[in-house]
Amino acid sequence: MMQNKANSPQLSGATLIARDIHKSFGSLEVLKGITVEAQKGEVISILGSSGSGKSTFLRCINFLETADSGYIEVNGTGVEVPVRDSGKASTQKILALRRNTGFVFQSFNLWSHMTVLQNLMEGPLHVLGLSSSEARDRARKLLQRVGLAEKEDAYPAFLSGGQQQRVAIARALAMEPAALLFDEPTSALDPELVGEVLRVMRGLAEEGRTMLVVTHEISFARDVSSRVVFLHKGQIEMQGKPAEVFRRGQSERFDQFLANTAH
Amino acid sequence: MTLAAFFSGFMAWITEFSSKSSPVDFVLILSHWDIFLIGIKNTVLLVLVGLSFGAVIALPMAIARWKRVPFLAKAIGVFVYVFRGSPMLVQAYVFYYGLAQFEAVRNSFLWPVLREPWWCAAIAFAINSAAYQVEIFRGGLDSVPRGEIEATAAIGMSQGSALRHVILPSALRRCLPMIANESIFLLHGSAIASMLTITDVLGAGRKLNAQYYLAYEGFLAATVIYMALVFIITRILGWVERRTLKHLALQSMTTREQTQMI
Repeated sequence: MMQNKANSPQLSGATLIARDIHKSFGSLEVLKGITVEAQKGEVISILGSSGSGKSTFLRCINFLETADSGYIEVNGTGVEVPVRDSGKASTQKILALRRNTGFVFQSFNLWSHMTVLQNLMEGPLHVLGLSSSEARDRARKLLQRVGLAEKEDAYPAFLSGGQQQRVAIARALAMEPAALLFDEPTSALDPELVGEVLRVMRGLAEEGRTMLVVTHEISFARDVSSRVVFLHKGQIEMQGKPAEVFRRGQSERFDQFLANTAH
Repeated sequence: MTLAAFFSGFMAWITEFSSKSSPVDFVLILSHWDIFLIGIKNTVLLVLVGLSFGAVIALPMAIARWKRVPFLAKAIGVFVYVFRGSPMLVQAYVFYYGLAQFEAVRNSFLWPVLREPWWCAAIAFAINSAAYQVEIFRGGLDSVPRGEIEATAAIGMSQGSALRHVILPSALRRCLPMIANESIFLLHGSAIASMLTITDVLGAGRKLNAQYYLAYEGFLAATVIYMALVFIITRILGWVERRTLKHLALQSMTTREQTQMI
């Protein structure tokens, strides 16, 4: 259960490492030193009540938010925060780290003026430097995979929330990232649309993708993830295999959280 | 009936109408179509030069303002305030009559350009329009959702690449209706060119009036031509808007139509 990995990044061989992440907004300390390491193929669910810092933690990993201190490494590209080396070098490292990290937002954030296909081709074309025919092939395969092949010419506004989120997942996959980060991917969806998105995520987990999932979907955390991390007030309250974490009576706070979330 | 026959019939009717019952001498206007053609050419060229040069100047300034670049953003704010805060007629006078008063300007390499009323008008239009376009573009950039910009960062795009490939294309589309407005305002404002001795559409009308001591035939013709130009502008830009703003179509639909689309 509790993974007690060696502290040095060189030895751990993890796909994703976020070590001792601290972050404050003004005088509010949101993250008080959080360490999570994901081995290749691990699916880690991050649970916690709102305000526990779970989204901020995820956003710190790919520098959508810059942590105050800590160390982040994805697929061998490591960045120490606060950044010490010259501005340019660290910018390049951060861009490389982001390229290796697919991020799925709660509110999808598809580019509204582009069709579904263009949304998927944008990164491969302008970041990875693929030719447009390669990018198109890749995009079509991914659309097939999330079950939206027939929507390639639609604009995002013409899709349902569940369809938009599946496109957003495909857009993240188009970069062929080493790890996927999901920031409450189903929280903005109507209840009847949650299932289609979770099904896609389940498929990705079974495929052996490395995933960090901030979620309120207890069933996903319990059934799909290989590890559950429970955050409380910016600290890891408890973590371990789902079967062990979900055995009640270990943490009052976690039981409280479950009681409030599970209906 | 052949076209030639129709045309000669029309001319006969309008000649009759003009000389007998109409207070306006249409034949006189029509027979001077060549002045008005020059006028249209000058007006259209001045507006096109003003708009496009204005856009070229305005875009980088808008980006600097949108990014709130220290000092630069403030300086551009002053530029915008100065050129939106004074009438374009005054600005054109300053360029044409004012600058020529300075020895240094007359001796500079720019004099061959600044000597010409046409270029003075074009420069005044470009700068004035730029001041308005800065704010239009900035508004467009501001309206690109934060999340869509975050999404460019999340896939590892550099800021420049994101701006070029995603943010600007989205922002410029959103600006189109305002750019259409600005085009019409500049077209109307371009009548100022006639005050700098240029034969634009209004200038052509004034020439006709002066030549025959007329009261309003020339102005009437100019009015009709301006309206026709506005019609063409709105049609062209309306077509561009329909093509490029398809993705926003849902917003202007009823709920019922929306559900049918999805």
